[in-house]
Amino acid sequence: MSAPADTTDTKEIPEATVLFAGDSGDGMQITGSQFTLASAYAQNDLATLPDYPAEIRAPAGTTFGVSAFQLHFGAEEVRTPGEKVDLLVAMNAAALKVHLHRVRPGGTIIVNVNAFEEKDLTKADLDQNPLTDGTLDDYQVQEVPLTEITREALSDTDLSLQKVDRSKNMFALGLALWMYSRPVEPAQEWIREKFGDKPAIRDANLTVLEKGFHYGETVDAIGTRYEVNEAAMAPGTYRAVRGAEALALGLVAASVKSDLRLFYGSYPITPASDILHELSEHKNFGVITFQAEDEIAAATSALGASFGGDLGVCATSGPGVALKTETIGLGVMTELPLVVIDMQRGGPSTGLPTKPEQGDLLQAVYGRNGEAPLPVLAATSPGDCFHTAYEACRIAVKYRTPVLVLADGYLGNGSEAWRIPDTDTLPAFDVDFETEATERTMHKDQDGNDQFLPYVRDPETLARAWARPGTPDLEHRLGGLEKEHQTGNVSYDAENHQKMVEIRAQKVQNVTQDIPPTQVYGHSDGDLLVLGWGSTKGAIEEATERAVDRGRRVGSVVLRHVWPLPADLADVLGRFDHVLVPELNNGQLIRVLRDQYPNRDFTPLNKIQGRPFRAEEIVEKIGSLLGRPAPA
Amino acid sequence: MSNDTPDPSPNGQTPDGTKKPDLPPGLADGSDDQDQGASDEETSPGTKKPDLPPGLGGENGESDAPGTKKPAGPPGAKKPAGPPSPGSDDDGDDGPTLPPGYGGDGAGEALSREDFQSDQEVRWCPGCGDYAILSTVQRLLPDLGVDKENVVFISGIGCAGRFPYYMDTYGMHGIHGRAPAIATGLKTSNPELDVWVVTGDGDALSIGGNHLIHVLRRNLDTQILLFNNEIYGLTKGQYSPTSDAGTISKSTPYGSVDRPFNPVSVALGADASFVARTMDRDPQHMKAMMRAAHDHDGTGFLEIYQNCNIFNDGAFFEFTERETKDERALFLEHGEPMTFANGTRGIRLDTLQPEVIDLEADDWSVDDCLVHDETSQELGTILGRMSWQDDDGDPIPRLDETGTQLPRPFGVIHRTERPTYAERVHQQIDTVTAEQGDGDLDALLRSGETWTIE
Repeated sequence: MSAPADTTDTKEIPEATVLFAGDSGDGMQITGSQFTLASAYAQNDLATLPDYPAEIRAPAGTTFGVSAFQLHFGAEEVRTPGEKVDLLVAMNAAALKVHLHRVRPGGTIIVNVNAFEEKDLTKADLDQNPLTDGTLDDYQVQEVPLTEITREALSDTDLSLQKVDRSKNMFALGLALWMYSRPVEPAQEWIREKFGDKPAIRDANLTVLEKGFHYGETVDAIGTRYEVNEAAMAPGTYRAVRGAEALALGLVAASVKSDLRLFYGSYPITPASDILHELSEHKNFGVITFQAEDEIAAATSALGASFGGDLGVCATSGPGVALKTETIGLGVMTELPLVVIDMQRGGPSTGLPTKPEQGDLLQAVYGRNGEAPLPVLAATSPGDCFHTAYEACRIAVKYRTPVLVLADGYLGNGSEAWRIPDTDTLPAFDVDFETEATERTMHKDQDGNDQFLPYVRDPETLARAWARPGTPDLEHRLGGLEKEHQTGNVSYDAENHQKMVEIRAQKVQNVTQDIPPTQVYGHSDGDLLVLGWGSTKGAIEEATERAVDRGRRVGSVVLRHVWPLPADLADVLGRFDHVLVPELNNGQLIRVLRDQYPNRDFTPLNKIQGRPFRAEEIVEKIGSLLGRPAPA
Repeated sequence: MSNDTPDPSPNGQTPDGTKKPDLPPGLADGSDDQDQGASDEETSPGTKKPDLPPGLGGENGESDAPGTKKPAGPPGAKKPAGPPSPGSDDDGDDGPTLPPGYGGDGAGEALSREDFQSDQEVRWCPGCGDYAILSTVQRLLPDLGVDKENVVFISGIGCAGRFPYYMDTYGMHGIHGRAPAIATGLKTSNPELDVWVVTGDGDALSIGGNHLIHVLRRNLDTQILLFNNEIYGLTKGQYSPTSDAGTISKSTPYGSVDRPFNPVSVALGADASFVARTMDRDPQHMKAMMRAAHDHDGTGFLEIYQNCNIFNDGAFFEFTERETKDERALFLEHGEPMTFANGTRGIRLDTLQPEVIDLEADDWSVDDCLVHDETSQELGTILGRMSWQDDDGDPIPRLDETGTQLPRPFGVIHRTERPTYAERVHQQIDTVTAEQGDGDLDALLRSGETWTIE
């Protein structure tokens, strides 16, 4: 443990990562989000990652009841929620035990010493007290009698001891805000609003918050105070947005821009439920949220709404996608728009419900009976969730096809500073319903009557004619049986089946027309391309930057369009000697790549631990592939 | 999941061991349609039923003239087959006259049965009860006064699942068991549509059981036509969730050991707001029940006893055939005493137990009979179980000799008014929008804490 410093100096640093960890009941998520808000006010770039247990009320004080919130903020570009923690606030012994390994050597740890009694150590399954056994020798430790100070500060109130103790997270928040020179006002404002009708609680929280903030000033123990300057971000208006929230906003934006009603069918599942929670708040956009009886009904109701001319969307996680698979196939056959968001989590089966994994790519691309291709998109950051959801809806409607969106809990729960888009600049979203009988869409049926041809196609996209029930003269039947070309009648004809399978596949391939040119980060040609998809973007770009800084000719591409692959990807691959494919699975994109580019070699980097990549893991792999960097 | 083979290839053994004639697939060419539907044609417009004493005769074809070949249909002049004349009310036995605005000749051009027939060849097995149901629907729709473009049929998988292809309306042949969920999305998306769900006993009660109970509790304003034939037809003859215990089938050569579902009780248990039962061999009654289900605001659940002449022939003959129908079927009418067997017998309630009383002997009269009240869920529950199973859960023995055996009720078993699902969904949207104003996308994206970099 370091000796107390005599004075407090303020040191400017480019970025920092803090981690609040405590018991599930300690209010760590609130503490973290309030610290995030203060960092946003300080105009830092930021990324956050909450980490809470799958159990709702795990026994207090145990390691599996630990709830944490990590925040990375900086004056420079922040791509991930941080790899090494600079400050850990540990509210009890279990929190320290669980999260100590994430703290960088020399990092600061604030511990609530009142939660390191014998009983606390026993609950945390610790034989010895880490405060005294040398465990923390490599760190700057601030022992704060947090519970005691909080109780003292509120000794003249009528609040129960339980309520008093519940406000101790505000002390931790106040102290952390002081340490990083953050404004305290946003938190004060939030408390006043949140507890407006409970003055006693409001005042207690304000008192304790202030105590924490002043503790840093008055206690000499804390040697250094840090300052992180405003980030040089592109001009615009920003907010912190979580991925789940951004997905919901993207769906609402798609509904507004297309003038289609959003019908969202959903069955609660971690970590997708937050999209339902968010959307159910926005009924004044005409959004229908339908909490279905099961995953299957969530999808089939959305498809039914699409048949009716709505924008049918559902979201789930891997197990739910398995249940929706037959409906997705029906969507492929009936050629109706349907967006299915898969918030991936560790699998198989129930797997690791609260941990991220990129385990569902093959399920998304190939996982249906029969020849049933569909476009697959993957969101690359919390803010990108907005644009990916929007784009998925646009493609689904334009090509009349189910579209799968791959995200995960890391994106869904994590947040970043998001530049709010100007809605006028979003891609145009036109809908071309058939509204009346035209020569193109009508024929005489076997009885000599005029009949609508639901499977007449647009020559550019191959999208079929889409007529809403309720439109006179365009009555038609859809269904899961193979369709006759143009008429849509049931057909078991051999030639027709092959033709229809090929048309549906070509239609999905045509989506490449809508994929923008592939952007390569770092070197646009060179020794090695890091090729990933979805939520690993932050780590991959961070790793690319470090490798480039170390003199390597490395570039990276993180795919948003997983299927079909961008048409220019072959060209990009051709500009690099090696291609490294990091994935949080046992190698799924790489199988698709090997199939599509059989003459290329691809090197896998697989991590399947329910945890995101650290950039350094990718940098190391690049090093081992390329050998020692050439002298500069 | 059942496999959806297109062609029925009846191959012999039926549960009762009789060999059925092999019929080549595709034989069905619509002639059966006429055959099956003919009894319905026999009703001349405006045919008056003979006046019967209260409680006698119910409202349907029980008073069949002797010698009539068709199992159902009141006596009347035979009329050449053809579409009913526009606006004609060929089922004057429907009860109350239609409200103004209904009747097919309201707003636009009057539609006929042909307007609802698609050009697709009907491919059910010759003699299948489905033909009568299809024909009845196609005859009913012109009378309902809904715009053709607003009519949508949604189905699942099974023989019944092909129904939408034969209708010249909007339609979707969905996936197994999910038609109620597809309909929920569609109807909620556009409440103006007139959505019908067509399903079977396997589709609705086995693979789709979950959706069925939930659509009923939500009270989606739709009609559910459940074709119950107590067998899996399209997969060629396995027992179904409504098959009697002990049923010998392809998959149960030693008899099924499952206890069957009673569809009416399932629906009542799910708090259905409209529950009725009818039979394919009585198109008059079937049409009246379809109309009642359609008139109902909410889920109109209609169980239709449908004969599968290939795999389960005669499953309901005791209720549907002339020889036994009077004795075994009780036709319910709201507010009327429950009598059957041409008014010679009635139902009374002994505490909670219904029992048959002899109205010809001196002890009982019509005044002692239970009066049907379709608004009573309790009574519905009793009627739903009536003539279902004995105390051990075994099927009630068919046609006993004592004459005290309870008949099976047909008609509207329960009907109650409550708000429909889509109505409530849209009311909530309207209320929230009135409070908060129309959504503003830019404002939404900028909600919460924001900061601006110049």
